[in-house]
Amino acid sequence: MAKIIVITSGKGGVGKTTSSASISTGLALKGNKTVVIDFDVGLRNLDLIMNCERRVVYDFVNVINGEATLNQALIKDKQTDNLFILPASQTRDKEALSKEGVEQVLNELAETFDYIICDSPAGIEHGAQMALYFADEAIIVTNPEVSSVRDSDRILGILQSKSRRAELALDPVKEHLLLTRYSPERVENGEMLAVEDVKEILAIKLLGVIPESKAVLTSSNSGVPVIHDQQTDAGKAYDDAVERLMGRERPHRFLTAQKKGFFKRMFKGSATA
Amino acid sequence: MSFLDYFKSSKKNTASIARERLQIIVAHERGQREQPDYMPQLQQEILDVIRRYVAVDQDQVQVQLDKNDDCSVLELNVTLPE
Repeated sequence: MAKIIVITSGKGGVGKTTSSASISTGLALKGNKTVVIDFDVGLRNLDLIMNCERRVVYDFVNVINGEATLNQALIKDKQTDNLFILPASQTRDKEALSKEGVEQVLNELAETFDYIICDSPAGIEHGAQMALYFADEAIIVTNPEVSSVRDSDRILGILQSKSRRAELALDPVKEHLLLTRYSPERVENGEMLAVEDVKEILAIKLLGVIPESKAVLTSSNSGVPVIHDQQTDAGKAYDDAVERLMGRERPHRFLTAQKKGFFKRMFKGSATA
Repeated sequence: MSFLDYFKSSKKNTASIARERLQIIVAHERGQREQPDYMPQLQQEILDVIRRYVAVDQDQVQVQLDKNDDCSVLELNVTLPE
């Protein structure tokens, strides 16, 4: 049976789409038939991050309205087998996502896919609520920063009261914390909330910690999800997170600052990766 | 205090300030979230009833719902004027 996982945060710009791209790619690389859906109607960007922006013909809203079939709208990823992308519409507004329409599309996808990843828009309004409504699990993308943590707690409240599982009094949506843009150096200097602090405040299970990394920007420049680059800390951290999502144990890495050698300290910041 | 300590303490630990502020605001917002939808109206109507007899201000009446494992307690706190 397909697992529906929403990637959400409340706050914008924390790494939902970046994480959706890498997590769906990781699941597909590990042999799971995976589809990732962009719920950000009007502001789609998943296509750009996954390098298929020039191949979009039909979109999610077209399928809901019966203007295209699912097979016409799904884009097969060229970099990864088993991976498909359902882009958002760029010209409609979020109200175009009806609950019945979304349910119908998800049911049809559930027949053939192992994982359905829902990339939520920012905010707590209709688009975000539709992205999380049918979820079995939720990945809460959070930055170690006050406004992001507060908004994550807000979205947790919505998952616990307005999701399908909450409304039907089923088992609750399984919640995972994904802490992104983490800088162990700044944590050690007392300038940034530590992973333990965020875990304690939000009181949810930790899926992974993605270190702040230059590779995230460079990979988005070229449309190659950062998980493809297993030389980078961010790529490795996403790979660990995907393994944990699949139920395997992986120790958490990149949580402590790397000791700078003599030369690095002498030429501070000039050659750090 | 040694010479080195002087430099250390000049750097404030803002992360711990962030943690404390978040703990307070998140606990407060969770408390409100768990309230039933009718609470603001209940509070207003209780206030109206009390005002028929005594002149009290809006902020002199506090209504709070505390949930325990097996029961909920509706706590009503009215400060009457002297």
